[in-house]
Amino acid sequence: MMSFVALLGVLLGALIIPGIISITKAKLSGRKGATLFQPIHDVIRLLRKSSVYSTTTSWLFQVAPTVYLAGIMGAALFVPFAGYTGLLSFSGDFVFFAYLLGLTKFLLILNAMDTGSGFEGMGANREALYSMLVEPAFFTLMASLALITNNTSFRDIFLTLHVDSSLSYLVAALGIYLLVQIAMVENSRLPVDDPRTHLELTMIHEVMVLDNSGFDMGLIMMGNALKFGLYGGLIANFLMPIQWHPVLNALIFAGIHVLFGILIGGLESFRARNKIARNPQFILTLSSIALILFFTALIITHKFILG
Amino acid sequence: MFTINQPLFVMESLILLIICLGCFAFFFFRGRYKAMLSLCLHLLLVVIGSWRAFQVLSTGAAVQVKLVPDWPLTPVVRIDSLSAYFLLVISLTMLTGALYAYGYLKPYRDGSARQKPAIHLSIHYVALLGLHLSMLLVSTLREGTPFLVAWELMTVSSFGLVLFDSERRETLQIGIMYFVQMHIGFALIMGAFLFANAQGAAFGFDGLTTYFATHSALPLFVVLFIGFGIKAGFVPLHTWLPHAHPAAPSHVSGIMSGVMIKMGIYGILRVLLSIHTDLFAIGIIILSVSLVSGLLGVMNAIVQHDIKKLLAYHSIENIGIIGIGIGLGVLGVAMNMPVLAVLGFAGGILHILNHALFKSLLFYGAGAVYQTTHTRTIDQLGGLIKRMPQTGMLFLIGALAISGLPPFNGFISEFLIYSGLFQALRQGDIMSDILMLAVILGLTLIGGLAVFCFTKVFSIVFLGSPRTAAAKRAEEVNSWMLAPKWIIAAVVVVIGFVPVPFAKWAVQLAALYTPVPQQALAVYPVLQQVGLAGLVIVGISAGIWLLRVSAQKRIIVAYGPTWGCGYSGADPAVHQYTATSYAANFQELVGPVVGVQTHYKAIEEDEIFPQPRKFDTHSHDIFEETMTRTMTRPLLQASEKSAVFQTGKLNHYLLYAFAFMALVFLLTYLNLI
Repeated sequence: MMSFVALLGVLLGALIIPGIISITKAKLSGRKGATLFQPIHDVIRLLRKSSVYSTTTSWLFQVAPTVYLAGIMGAALFVPFAGYTGLLSFSGDFVFFAYLLGLTKFLLILNAMDTGSGFEGMGANREALYSMLVEPAFFTLMASLALITNNTSFRDIFLTLHVDSSLSYLVAALGIYLLVQIAMVENSRLPVDDPRTHLELTMIHEVMVLDNSGFDMGLIMMGNALKFGLYGGLIANFLMPIQWHPVLNALIFAGIHVLFGILIGGLESFRARNKIARNPQFILTLSSIALILFFTALIITHKFILG
Repeated sequence: MFTINQPLFVMESLILLIICLGCFAFFFFRGRYKAMLSLCLHLLLVVIGSWRAFQVLSTGAAVQVKLVPDWPLTPVVRIDSLSAYFLLVISLTMLTGALYAYGYLKPYRDGSARQKPAIHLSIHYVALLGLHLSMLLVSTLREGTPFLVAWELMTVSSFGLVLFDSERRETLQIGIMYFVQMHIGFALIMGAFLFANAQGAAFGFDGLTTYFATHSALPLFVVLFIGFGIKAGFVPLHTWLPHAHPAAPSHVSGIMSGVMIKMGIYGILRVLLSIHTDLFAIGIIILSVSLVSGLLGVMNAIVQHDIKKLLAYHSIENIGIIGIGIGLGVLGVAMNMPVLAVLGFAGGILHILNHALFKSLLFYGAGAVYQTTHTRTIDQLGGLIKRMPQTGMLFLIGALAISGLPPFNGFISEFLIYSGLFQALRQGDIMSDILMLAVILGLTLIGGLAVFCFTKVFSIVFLGSPRTAAAKRAEEVNSWMLAPKWIIAAVVVVIGFVPVPFAKWAVQLAALYTPVPQQALAVYPVLQQVGLAGLVIVGISAGIWLLRVSAQKRIIVAYGPTWGCGYSGADPAVHQYTATSYAANFQELVGPVVGVQTHYKAIEEDEIFPQPRKFDTHSHDIFEETMTRTMTRPLLQASEKSAVFQTGKLNHYLLYAFAFMALVFLLTYLNLI
């Protein structure tokens, strides 16, 4: 029951993260910025607005946003939140998690391609390529964590992950770094994509959803925010494996999310976007960093003995 | 092992007799009746095949039948659970294949397509029946000679099927290439049997068991692996596959890709049953060949322009995934990790069924597209989902399943392999851990690339605006072609949501190779939860959809053109992304691995009035270029040189005969022969 409440809280709370990011960016660039709840207002407004559909599109275009959000909500069931275990948990659930996010991407790509627009085709194509390239980093990260904790589900991994020795600080640092970077790539933020524009040079996510409107666009925006929340949740789990009082736990969890939002906002303010041709290289670098993590894991488990 | 009582196999023998007579009957029936006869005979075979298979799989006891009693020369049919599983896969695919063929060949019967002579169609039906029968026999015969005869029958009948469009010169060449390559495999398998036979073992699979019990397994296994691997299409033995599949009509491509290439896997699995030494090396060989097959298969698929060629490369990829499972199983046995062994074998074996399902579904879909648009070039299609809603929907299910996405069947088998890998990661030492990570990364990349490829195919073929007049004119195909696809799609979804019974079959087969520990059985509740999670996602989707429906009631829904930067003058079909442009950034990334050549003459500086130009790209398989061609080129050159003797003059030929006789006399005189 409590994990259900936690999940509901996360679903609603996730909508605030984009607000935190945009406030951070506004303050750092000396603007006043919108309020914290602007993204929620936007979503509510979209949900009530009328829709325009392209005559080129088929039924798939209208179904895809629904399944997109449903898939991300499904993935949220696996992530332990605020000290509560995920609603669903089984050995190898992170494989399901990653493949489910793959399903949502598949449908969003089809949604974009259904409009028959060259711009959206370009965005969809890049999204497909980059999300393919980032998968190995995520799987190497999870393999390392599975190795260290001797467990194979999100819940057990995060319950048994303890930061206790000097090497495990390295694991925590690398793990969080990787999760932040993967979150940036998967959520189409800087330096891979630029959420502010859909110019040709940054045509990835924003341009993909160009022809969606009204309720469907609202669903997609909710999905995007929730996806951020998922990665925020994973990072929070990394930092707070110990069980305290539920209220305290929830507060810390929320605090980590706020910090995560501020961090993303800060990173986006001081970072330049990559040249689009450099993106694959950048994303593959994450995999090599993940490999360092894997070898650290081998050292920690005394399988790889130095000296 | 027990022998079935008399009446039952009399019935089976009778059915086989009917089928042999039926082969002749084709030549006396006309048009539609010919097709109906074919359908009936296939259904008969499906019934006896699947009935036996269910019997063996449910009881777990092997069955041994002698088709004609009291006659020493008749082969013994032996069905253990491995054979039974393959019988089931064959029966399922042949059932849908025969139904689909009835619809697909309709235009050839009623004269709306290019007319084929009646005898041509008769031969096609006989070959189709022969392929079905021979596959059943291949998976149940163990003695060397009957097995090889059945294997050869399979090759010959599939050769006949590939030649359906034999009036095209290209098809003929492909057919011959296929025929030759299959016989290289045949020679290797026979050679291996003979070699074991020469060491005093019996001729056939039983002989291999006695041979491997006393001899080193590796050398003979490699020979057999190459022999069976040519059929299965492992890289670099795959070069026939991307040619033969597109050349054949679509029901044949679906059957060949769905089950016939799996006969190679069957052979490997059958041989592995009797090998108990050198397992580590064998596992590494299978695993590395499979990883390369998986990655190169999908990479080459991405750059293809021909939809059936693309699907053919995906068969290579999926054979790779099956091989990864089997390789991990063998390694698990070798490294004494029973959980990895069970889950690896089970995943690979389940993927055989899964691939048979979604690949035949996709090939049938591609066939439907080809039949109504008369083109297989992806870039000439578009917007078909509106004109062919059912085909589009079914192709989408196939595309999601082959990409290994939940909640479809492809995910289940890959998940089994992943489970084995992550379990092994915990137990292994550093070397095995690095190996496991490499396999995990390989599988992930294969999955990601498959998503990339199938978003491309599905979008360009079915979504957007039609790119040519042919695509505009497309219409939905007849229900004979749709019904089998719905059957397959239903099974695909059922395996995705209720995976446990199917996983149990796979584990039952894995138990032939390794004892099943208790920890491995823990995968059943996990799979149950995977199915449950799939249902939950369907539930959430339905909930959101209901909300959407009620929200849509209150608002105005308008329709307009796709947003085009305010410019609506251009032809929407031209403004779209093409398959070539979709693949372009990937192609730049992997460079020479996929070997794409661009044909374009750049505009020169002093060319003030440029002439019209053509731009086209095509990919060539690096293995075909480097391996097959380097082997065949000297052979061709030598035979070209020897052609000087063929002068066409009778007096020269008489001279050759005379010279030959003189040589024989001379050699006899010198006591050399």
